[in-house]
Amino acid sequence: MTVLLKRRSVIPGFGITLGYSLLYLSLIVLIPLTTLFLKTASLTLAAFWEEVTSPRVLASFKLSFGASLIAAAINGVMGLLVAWVLVRYRFWGKRIVDALVDLPFALPTSVAGIALTTLYAKNGWMGQLLDPLGIQAAFTPLGVTIALTFIGLPFVVRTVQPVLQDLGVEVEEAAASLGANRLQTFRKVIFPSLLPSVLTGIALAFARAVGEYGSVVFISGNMPMRTEIAPLLIMTKLEQYDYAGATAVAVVMLLLSFVLLFAINALQWWNRRKYGAR
Amino acid sequence: MTVKEAAPRPQRPTITEPVWVRWLLTAIALAFLGVFLLLPLAVVFIEALSKGLGAYGKAVTEPDALAAVRLTVTAASISVFLNLVFGVAAAWAIAKYEFRGKSFLITLIDLPFAVSPVISGLIYVLLFGLQGLFGPWLNDHDIKIIFAVPGIVLATVFVTFPFVARELIPLMHEQGTEEEEAAVSLGASGFQTFFRVTLPNIKWGLLYGVILCNARAMGEFGAVSVVSGHIRGITNTMPLHVEVLYNEYNPAAAFAVASLLALLALVTLIAKTAVEWRTQRDRKELVEIQESLTP
Repeated sequence: MTVLLKRRSVIPGFGITLGYSLLYLSLIVLIPLTTLFLKTASLTLAAFWEEVTSPRVLASFKLSFGASLIAAAINGVMGLLVAWVLVRYRFWGKRIVDALVDLPFALPTSVAGIALTTLYAKNGWMGQLLDPLGIQAAFTPLGVTIALTFIGLPFVVRTVQPVLQDLGVEVEEAAASLGANRLQTFRKVIFPSLLPSVLTGIALAFARAVGEYGSVVFISGNMPMRTEIAPLLIMTKLEQYDYAGATAVAVVMLLLSFVLLFAINALQWWNRRKYGAR
Repeated sequence: MTVKEAAPRPQRPTITEPVWVRWLLTAIALAFLGVFLLLPLAVVFIEALSKGLGAYGKAVTEPDALAAVRLTVTAASISVFLNLVFGVAAAWAIAKYEFRGKSFLITLIDLPFAVSPVISGLIYVLLFGLQGLFGPWLNDHDIKIIFAVPGIVLATVFVTFPFVARELIPLMHEQGTEEEEAAVSLGASGFQTFFRVTLPNIKWGLLYGVILCNARAMGEFGAVSVVSGHIRGITNTMPLHVEVLYNEYNPAAAFAVASLLALLALVTLIAKTAVEWRTQRDRKELVEIQESLTP
């Protein structure tokens, strides 16, 4: 332990707290996650490839990534707008609205799932409005996108909000005094400083959406090739005792999650560099 | 925690939008939040009470529902306790000392957030399931982890793993080490230092982490669903019980149990807001004290 220490500290407990943290981390997270890769290693490369490129698996990846991307993009635009309104404007009930933004974090996903399904089913409140327009939401890819938009809603708002709050008024005044109109100021001055945090929020929302299960399985209808998301396919394969197949799909998703995690860390680093300490 | 009090901004025409733009943007934002947040929340309670109060009471007090509540509370308390101990230990090691590989360690702690809930369950099936690594051994010794309560607890611990740690690390880092160093040099033991010096400084952040950890633990669905086996009255947590009732075409009962979870979510949001106000007030007081001390 002392080798790791750069500077000696008088505060006791380094060895025990770090040791316990590493042990617990290994037992709960690292060793179980490693099993996933060990299990995949038991497949030959050809078998793995055949597994993850079968039409049903490809269709589920396409739906999961496609719907997640659209949902994250919607959240990018609407999250920025919500953060802007919450930081810059005053209106009645703002505090309540602000607190309510975190609802998708706090509401259990199965509750969100059945609530959204009831809302968007043909005879639901939203379904009744959409049906005359010829739009079917429940049990279609659109329903999946709606659920993923709900689940990713807080991310962009919560990453943009603090940055927007700390943004100095001076630069905006400077822009205005140099003759920029409000839209120009936003596009050329405000938006560039917000961009890293918006992108971080979008990446976080996307990462969450790709893995999401509970809120989607009710509204999607789970039709193979059409509305079956990748996490559900893992579940289905497990129920059929196809452990190798489930593991292969899981490894692909996990690798993507790691890439996303890396991208998010890079974005946050960019954000910090661009926007001082935070 | 990161959301600070909005500074009262002067509504100078050069740095704000025309009134109609402000109104329009506010209206669009509120309409979006209304459709995506308020409607789902409202539908839970309205559907729950659609068959009357009597049916509601029956749905939430039938034996299977009560068993689900008990299991949920048990799994959540174990998870919160374990992750609380870990969170404090990890934050102490990371925030109070300098060592190599620190940021890598923080990334590893955040890992469970990046993993799909279904995969979180799957990894334990691969370890302890009948076909898993330790499956045969566990079977020989008649120990059941998957499709039993231990599996549910493990999956819940995994998905709520980072909550307390990630709340405490930045907070304890911000507090620095001077106060602890002073306490130790005055002869305090490690535990005394933690309980008398560190804990009072981080109590709100700690509480906040515990609240979030608990909410996720009680509401987890995907991971628990993989390891539970859905045995009614035995391995069904509340979110799983909601699913079972809903799939049995008993929406009113499903929403009745769901409404309890929705209430938990609302309490979580209220507690979170209260803790935020508290921290803001403490910070403000601290700033005022510091200002009054500087000549």
